[in-house]
Amino acid sequence: MIHKFSMNGVNIVMDVFSGAVHVVDEVMYDIVDKFEECGEEQIIADFSSKYSEEQLKEAISEIKELVKEEMLFTKDEYENVFANIEARNPVVKALCLHIAHDCNLKCIYCFAEEGEYHGHRSLMSTEVGKAAIDFIIKNSGSRHNLEVDFFGGEPLMNFGVVKDIVEYGREQEKLHNKNFRFTITTNGILLNDEIQDYINKNMQNVVVSLDGRKEVNDRMRPRAGGQGSYDEIVPKFQKLADSRNQTDYYIRGTFTRNNLDFMQDVLHMADLGFKQISVEPVVGTEDNQYAIREEDLPTIFAEYEKLAAEIYNRHKEGGEKDFNFFHFNVDLTGGPCVAKRLSGCGAGTEYLAVTPEGELYPCHQFVGLEEFKMGTVFEGVKTPELRSKFSNCNVYAKEECKKCWARFYCSGGCAANAHQLGGDILNPYEIGCELQRKRIECAIMIKAKAFEEAE
Amino acid sequence: MKHVKTLNTAMLKNTVGGCGECQTSVANQSCEN
Repeated sequence: MIHKFSMNGVNIVMDVFSGAVHVVDEVMYDIVDKFEECGEEQIIADFSSKYSEEQLKEAISEIKELVKEEMLFTKDEYENVFANIEARNPVVKALCLHIAHDCNLKCIYCFAEEGEYHGHRSLMSTEVGKAAIDFIIKNSGSRHNLEVDFFGGEPLMNFGVVKDIVEYGREQEKLHNKNFRFTITTNGILLNDEIQDYINKNMQNVVVSLDGRKEVNDRMRPRAGGQGSYDEIVPKFQKLADSRNQTDYYIRGTFTRNNLDFMQDVLHMADLGFKQISVEPVVGTEDNQYAIREEDLPTIFAEYEKLAAEIYNRHKEGGEKDFNFFHFNVDLTGGPCVAKRLSGCGAGTEYLAVTPEGELYPCHQFVGLEEFKMGTVFEGVKTPELRSKFSNCNVYAKEECKKCWARFYCSGGCAANAHQLGGDILNPYEIGCELQRKRIECAIMIKAKAFEEAE
Repeated sequence: MKHVKTLNTAMLKNTVGGCGECQTSVANQSCEN
């Protein structure tokens, strides 16, 4: 299987099953996808009005050479790889701790429903937090690197317990030969110098939330009284980002149907001095006014392409205006192994979410959906059949993914989005797929154009 | 080659991987092992 696309003046051909990416000229771009279905003579006849016979024969010869080198029209040899992954003993290597099911913002689109996750307001106790650390150590097998993310609601509303858990984790990792990577996500309302200092010393990554321009942010991320949050949080985030030398953080926003010109929000954040930026599409059902609809896709595609061209130019020029955009990163040389690419995020198997009461769910977006409750940190996982369903939730288990060129860059998409919008974790959310494919094309274009210009 | 320039070689088959020590996510992830 191959995929070809043209963007920002570059013609690109991707060989799906080898991972090879080629930059090609017009002749090759026109004929490459005809190679398998048409004979050489047919191709020459079909394109003789546009190209010379010599050009066409040269290009066909190069296609044959690439096929021989297993860099074009490579066969799929990976379907059986996953059988070996499934057979592994399940281990847990990452937890999302819901430190607070409460929030001091009332974001319109929040899947957590004002931080309460379809339930009631509650805060995690130190006892539950320590039990979560014990649970992951006990269930992590021989894995050395473990991850604990402090999430909410708003985790700074229960920051004392965050500190207790980090301290306990650091004690326990020495005893059990583990290495904890702690991270935190915050809306910034309660951020102050003392908390910033603690985060910088103890959190290997921090995600802060801002939707972009003041009017965009304040429309979707108001406080309980309806007033906006932008003026309060932006100076704090600028200070935090600088204190981390503009690395190991992301400032993350959500775009909705209300700001399909989201490139302006990305560039606004860059103008504020942020270097690690993510602005992502809202996920929601169409009964919400702000939800992305199929008819919005052409507008969003054009916006992504415009943003990719702008980012390419800034990368090329370097300097103060350059920044990193989360979804336009791609590693074409040292990326993850096939096993990782097929299994994705590991929700429901290697990655679990923990509620303030200690209940286990497949990931933070499933919390509160009773049919997805998997056990507790005290008793362990009690639903092996549910865990098995998530373990089997890989690229080759999804009919749509089996046909998709982007499968090794996307890993089958988000199970929570599939459940919410497709009705089943094996039924990918089609709008999400369309957007993901466009973002991957943009990311590869940025690499390809830099490569082409360097040649 | 005259009509093709290849950015990267066949990277997938060399990884057939699975140690699980990488960070929870995929497109931009690198393997440290």
